[in-house]
This record gives sequence, structure tokens and C-alpha cells, in this order.
Amino acid sequence: MDHKKIGSLFIVLGLSSLFLGLFFGSIGGLQYLLPPFLKEQLAFQKTRPLHVYLVINWIFTSAVGCIYYFLPTVAGRKLYSIKLSLVQFSLQVLIFLIVVIFFFAGKFSGREYLEFPPWITLIILFSWILFMINFFKTIPFKFNDVPVYIWSWSTGLIFFFITMTEAHLWLLPYFNNNIIRDLTVQWKALGSMVGSWNMLVYGTSMFVMEAITGDKKVCRSKTSFFFYFLGLTNLMFNWGHHTYIVPSSPIVKEVSYIISMTELLILGKILYNFRKSYVDAKLKYHHLPFRLLSFSDGWVFLNLVLAILISIPAINLYTHGTHITVAHAMGATIGINTMLLLGSIFFILDEMNESLMEKLKKYFGFSIVLLNISLVIFWLSLIASGIAKSIGMQQNNLFAVIMDNLQPYFKVFTASGIVVMLALFMILIPVLKTFSKDILLKEK
Amino acid sequence: MPLFFSPLKLYRGLKKTSIFIFLFISYIAYSAWVYTDGTNTVRAMNEKELAGKNIYQKNNCTSCHQLFGLGGFLGPELTTAISDKNRGAVYAKTFLKFGGNRMPNFHFTNEEIDEVIAYLQYVDNNASTYKNNK
Repeated sequence: MDHKKIGSLFIVLGLSSLFLGLFFGSIGGLQYLLPPFLKEQLAFQKTRPLHVYLVINWIFTSAVGCIYYFLPTVAGRKLYSIKLSLVQFSLQVLIFLIVVIFFFAGKFSGREYLEFPPWITLIILFSWILFMINFFKTIPFKFNDVPVYIWSWSTGLIFFFITMTEAHLWLLPYFNNNIIRDLTVQWKALGSMVGSWNMLVYGTSMFVMEAITGDKKVCRSKTSFFFYFLGLTNLMFNWGHHTYIVPSSPIVKEVSYIISMTELLILGKILYNFRKSYVDAKLKYHHLPFRLLSFSDGWVFLNLVLAILISIPAINLYTHGTHITVAHAMGATIGINTMLLLGSIFFILDEMNESLMEKLKKYFGFSIVLLNISLVIFWLSLIASGIAKSIGMQQNNLFAVIMDNLQPYFKVFTASGIVVMLALFMILIPVLKTFSKDILLKEK
Repeated sequence: MPLFFSPLKLYRGLKKTSIFIFLFISYIAYSAWVYTDGTNTVRAMNEKELAGKNIYQKNNCTSCHQLFGLGGFLGPELTTAISDKNRGAVYAKTFLKFGGNRMPNFHFTNEEIDEVIAYLQYVDNNASTYKNNK
């Protein structure tokens, strides 16, 4: 048993989680179209948390898997403890099973995105501590000299622990009894938690990009660190756009607005590098991991434009509480996170079974294009649905009337969502098979 | 003559760990302010309102409904459901009692329904910014 097998185990768990998450997401989409569908047996009240938990679990678990896979290579030494990582993996499987069973049984904490009962969080935090021990005991502690992806991973690790704890402050009456404090702190924690998983995923893809190009300078450059610190500042302070209409102190809104505008620098850099990125993408389009990373660049651009727009209070007023927020979430989790993680996983597959990858190149290439086309339609239909809802709300229409008017948009986003699911299934099935075979082979 | 203060020297001397520590301390200070003065704008809930909040959470109402625009979109936004001319407490009670086209019947007792209504009333009373924006 080595670190690569540990990494593969986490990746298989992550891929399985995505598989199920997509399935429940599609059921949720159908429930928008046909409200009585499974209303009493598996209501939206259950399908939504199942979908959300499983997809977030995919991002975290696969990122952990990739880190385990790459870490000893990066650190230039053995993984600190295989045993610790196996205990962590067993706990992750246990958490996965308990959460799914509890959701089916209708046992909730009722906290958005973390709907499972709070005691499960103790197991999550404990397993995360094991991961932190393994990580920090493996990497060299010369933080001023290491590449930016080690900073990124370390930040993700620390901030997941902090934000997961912070998200449970509602258990204390001081927070729970005051609705404004409760909502503000809840969304502060969740906003930063998203930043923490972004740090894990971005770190992984930066390492892969370095390995593909062979250019060791980029991840040690001042520009990379400037954007890392800009990302960190956004992780810490740019969560207030979630709570613009919550009557907390206006300073929360002002801080968030100012910080979110720093994202314009990232946007500027993407535009500045556009020509080079385009030429690079064309040259290396045949390389599947690179192709996935290039598609994610496009999604970063689209989602950043949307994020900046909805961070402007005058626009947020109309977009908040509509599917435009969902478009932002889907663009980020599928367009950026999933594309980056799949890029890293394909990079591992290349190493694992090069001949198979060569054989399936056209098949994967088609699936990736299908995924991105259907995702664009899905994303646009969510935005269109959000705009239509916002207009309905401005006209003071009744909720039932608004929902009736939105039916055509719901049809498009459900249909395109199902194609997104099928395209991802086309990618996931052979990938899962290859990883499972590799684990079993090594075991023998 | 050497300058007393050299920005370039300061920048060169600034290590990555120092920047991280500076940001982290700022984050802790900002969090402490958010936990206290930044959110000290409303009164605490009474027992009945709190019981209503627990029911709201246990049944995962946030999956379909929003408070202050936060939550799911399958059901209506509930921040001002009680003071809304087209809805109000009786309307909300009917849905809580029998469910609806999209909403399952949760089989709440009358006492539980009153508690949820008390919670929604508390939210409504404290929705100043939401009402102003409307």
C-alpha cells in the first residue's frame, strides 16, 4: 500500500459521490417541472441536500485524493503515515454512509449546505485533523521557499477546519437566538468554506500545470503569489454579498463590495493573457488534462464576470433569491472545480494506463465537448430563469404565477442538466473502472 | 545620503509568512467584530420563536424556502410572508396544516404551527432592509 493507492481510494470515493450527486440533482430538476413527482416519498427537501452534499463531497474527497497522490513527489519524501490516511479514508466512507442514510430518513440539522446532524461534524473534523497531521508532517516547513500550490493546499486545509467549526457556532445560544447574527455568521462561514475548497482544487491544478509544462518558475513567481494572496483576501473578507439584504451593520456590505472589486484584477489578468492562453490551448488541445484545464479557464472567466456583477449591491438587489445565484454555483462547481479536478484525475490516468487513455482519447474528447456545450445551455437557462423571476417579483406577481411563467426555462435547465449528467457519466464510468482495476491490481 | 524609509527595501523584506500573518490577524479581528457589534442589531428570540426556528430547521424548510433571499427556490420567499397583503398568518397556517401542490404535508400539530408562525413573525419584524429594498 502506497500513497498513490491511498490517493486512488479517495478519488474512487469522490467519483462515486459525484455519480450519485448528479443522479439526485436530476431528480431535483424533474421536481421543478413536475412538482408532485416523488413529493411524499423523496421530496425536494431530501433530494436537494442529497445532491448538494454529494457534489461538495466529490470536490473535497477528490481534492484530498489528488493531494495524497502528488504530495510525496512535491515534498521529495515519503508520506508521513499510511495508517493515518487509511483511518481518514475509513472515516470518510463512514461519514458518507451516515449522511446519506440520515437524509433518506429525513433527519436534518436544517442548515443550508450542511444539513446533516451536527454531531457528524465532530467525525468530519477529526478525520480532517488526521489529514492535516499527515500533510504538515510530510511537507518541508520552509514556507518562504515552497511553490504556491503548497501555500494553496495549506490554506485550504486550515480554513476548512476553521470555517467548518464556525458554521456550527449556531449551536451556542448567543448565535442561535439572534437571527441576524446567525445568518451573517452562517454565510460568512460558508462563503469562506467555498474559498477553502477552491484553494485545495486550484493548488492541485497548479501542480498539474507545472508538471505538464515542465516550467518550475511559474509557481514560484511573484505574480503567482500576488494572485494567491488576492485569493486569500477574498476568501477571508468577500462573503458579505450573500447577506446584502440581512440587516447587519452596513460595514459588512461595504467591506465585501470593496474586496469583491479586487476580482477585477484577476479578470484583467485573464484578458491580458487571453492570446497566450488561446495559443497554448490550441497547441496542446490533444492533451486531455490540458484540454480540461483550458475549458475551466473559460468557466473562470464567465463565472468571474457573473460574480463581479452580483457583488454590485444595485444588481444584487435584483439577482438575489433567483436562479442567477444557482448559475453562479453551478458554473463554479461544475465548470471550474469539476473541470479542474477531472484535469488532475486525467493526468493521473495518463500515468496509470497511458495506452487506455490513448485508445479512449476520441471518446473522452467527445464527452468533454458535450459536457461543456450542455453546461453552457444549463448555465444560460438558469440566468434567464433568474432574470424572468426578478421581473415577476418587481411586478409583484404571485409566487404561483411566477413559477408558471418560469416553466419554459425549467424545461431547458432540466433537459440540459440531464445531458450534463449523461456526459459526466460517460466520463466517470471508464475512469471509475480504471481506478478500481488499478487498486485491485496493486492489492494482488 | 540614505533614505530613512525605503518602500523598496520594505517590500523586499516582506516575507510571504508576514503577509499571511497580517491577513490572518485582520481576519480574526474582523470575525470578532462581526460576531459582536456587526450583528448586534436585533433582540434575541423568545422561547416560542426559538421553538419555531427549531421546527423550521428540523424539517429542512430552507431546501425550498428563503429567508432574506437565502435558501432554495422551489417554494416562496418567507421573510415577509406574515406582513404580506397577499399572504399573512392564516394563509401560512393553511399550508403548514395541509401542505400544497409542491409542499408535502408535514403533519404538524397546532402548537407546532403556532411556533413556526411566531418565528416567521419575528423574522418579518426584523426585515427592515428587506422591506426597504422592496
